[in-house]
Amino acid sequence: MRPEDLRKYFPALERKVYGKDLVYFDNAATIQRPQQVLDLWNSLAVNSNANIHRAVHRLADEATEAYEQARLFVKNYINAASREEIIFTSGATASINLVACAFGEKFIGEGDEIIVTESEHHSNIVPWQLLCERKKAVLKVIPVDENGRLEIDTIGDLCTEKTKIAAVTHISNVLGLVNPVEEIVSICHSKGVRVLVDGAQGIVHSKVDVRKTDCDFYVFSGHKVYAATGTGVLYGKKELLEAMPPFMGGGEMVGTVRFSGTTYAPLPLKFEAGTQNFTGAATLKPALELAAEIGSDDELKKSGDAVRDYLYSELESVPGLRLFGKTGNMELKIPLFSFCIDGVHHEDLALILDKMGIAVRSGQMCAEPLMDRFGVSGMLRVSLAPYNTMQEAEYFVKSLYKAAEMLRR
Amino acid sequence: MDKIKPIQDVENEIIEEFSLFDDWLDKYEYIIELGKNLTDYPEDRKTDDRLVKGCQSRVWIDFEMKDGRIFFNADSDAIITKGIISLLVRVYSGRTPEEILSSDFSIVEQIGLKENLSPTRANGLVSMIQMIREIAADHAGDQTL
Repeated sequence: MRPEDLRKYFPALERKVYGKDLVYFDNAATIQRPQQVLDLWNSLAVNSNANIHRAVHRLADEATEAYEQARLFVKNYINAASREEIIFTSGATASINLVACAFGEKFIGEGDEIIVTESEHHSNIVPWQLLCERKKAVLKVIPVDENGRLEIDTIGDLCTEKTKIAAVTHISNVLGLVNPVEEIVSICHSKGVRVLVDGAQGIVHSKVDVRKTDCDFYVFSGHKVYAATGTGVLYGKKELLEAMPPFMGGGEMVGTVRFSGTTYAPLPLKFEAGTQNFTGAATLKPALELAAEIGSDDELKKSGDAVRDYLYSELESVPGLRLFGKTGNMELKIPLFSFCIDGVHHEDLALILDKMGIAVRSGQMCAEPLMDRFGVSGMLRVSLAPYNTMQEAEYFVKSLYKAAEMLRR
Repeated sequence: MDKIKPIQDVENEIIEEFSLFDDWLDKYEYIIELGKNLTDYPEDRKTDDRLVKGCQSRVWIDFEMKDGRIFFNADSDAIITKGIISLLVRVYSGRTPEEILSSDFSIVEQIGLKENLSPTRANGLVSMIQMIREIAADHAGDQTL
């Protein structure tokens, strides 16, 4: 399949902005949705709207079936050992907060340590800071080097007998570099430290195999991987999820409820309190089906790599452009580029590019510590999806030169 | 003292200037020019209390009272924002607090900028206007002529 063929699944890509063809380069923030996802989403809302897991009527059966089918598909997609290890949430942020609360409640005490990396976005920092405040625990940070590479040599020393969990991103949303999660997990496990991997970008750009990686938790959002917004996944090893107390109470997470005491539902429902976003969660199946198809398509991989390599070398040759997240090994780089241009403010650049029909992201990308690390107030980020074409990349480069010329002081 | 034109007249001047531009590119080039020409904001006045909240870019608004009128000075690290704020300074600087408070601040919409602004940027603009209004409200009534 060529990117041009893939685009046909995505109605949003046909639209125009300000009379120009839309060039959507903000895929790391949210990716566009394909027709098959939109169709299922709509059909469930129109035809099968019923509360899942409860009633015995036909509509409830259909809704529950779609929801549980999606769970099974996610389980196979990331190679989890059982469907009980797949918890549906509202997104990666909710998944991380769930772990920080429930794992934290059970396993974190005063003086314990939690490790994050300097390249995390706020969703993988703040829940841990809140936990540290609640439990008087300590947050430690794995630094990144000048090129944005994680300094994994420091992990061994950072882990002490007080360290209980490390939360690391699979692929940074600012640097676009694939972290060696298997190696990180292996180092941490050798020190008795559990590992949560934030797969918000990883699920889109790499093959995820939680058993091979051996991570203890893996989290991602649906909306970044073609599924409905407001959906997300928490994978957790069964023995850990079983040991953790419930995060929220109510709905289908109970066994029996008495005022003298309540028992809880078995996994995964134990962590799915209240009525779930079943119309959304069900779309994870067609979404990941498409992701699988894309992932196994050599032609798409080839064209994606060519576009990525083209942008990397073009951006490096723009005068005054400082690129963050550099690597000599392109296999470790996803088509995501964050940069600054001397004398040009990232917000101005994003505004002019927008008028040219190009959607990019500007600002701090929800990663202020990383902005501080590089001493900048913000960056411009272009993030591509497999449906983006070489023609779009060329138009972007041309537009970037024009915009920078207009804005340079 | 020089007679200062009413707010409405300055607004009309700006609206006329912008009506000359057919496409967005020319309009933005003009705003960028305005931004580049807005100078002389002292570095030591780039303090947090002068910083406008709610902007992606940083915007500082400073003022001084003279003869019952408020004189604004402003700066931003982003050039387009700076251009837009220079328009606000041109309309509202040298006014009495009462004049500012009675204005509807529709100039930005009238020159067709607001619909071109992303919501985050539009929010920043709303914050800038809010700050100008707050400064005026704080000084309404102190007629030190």
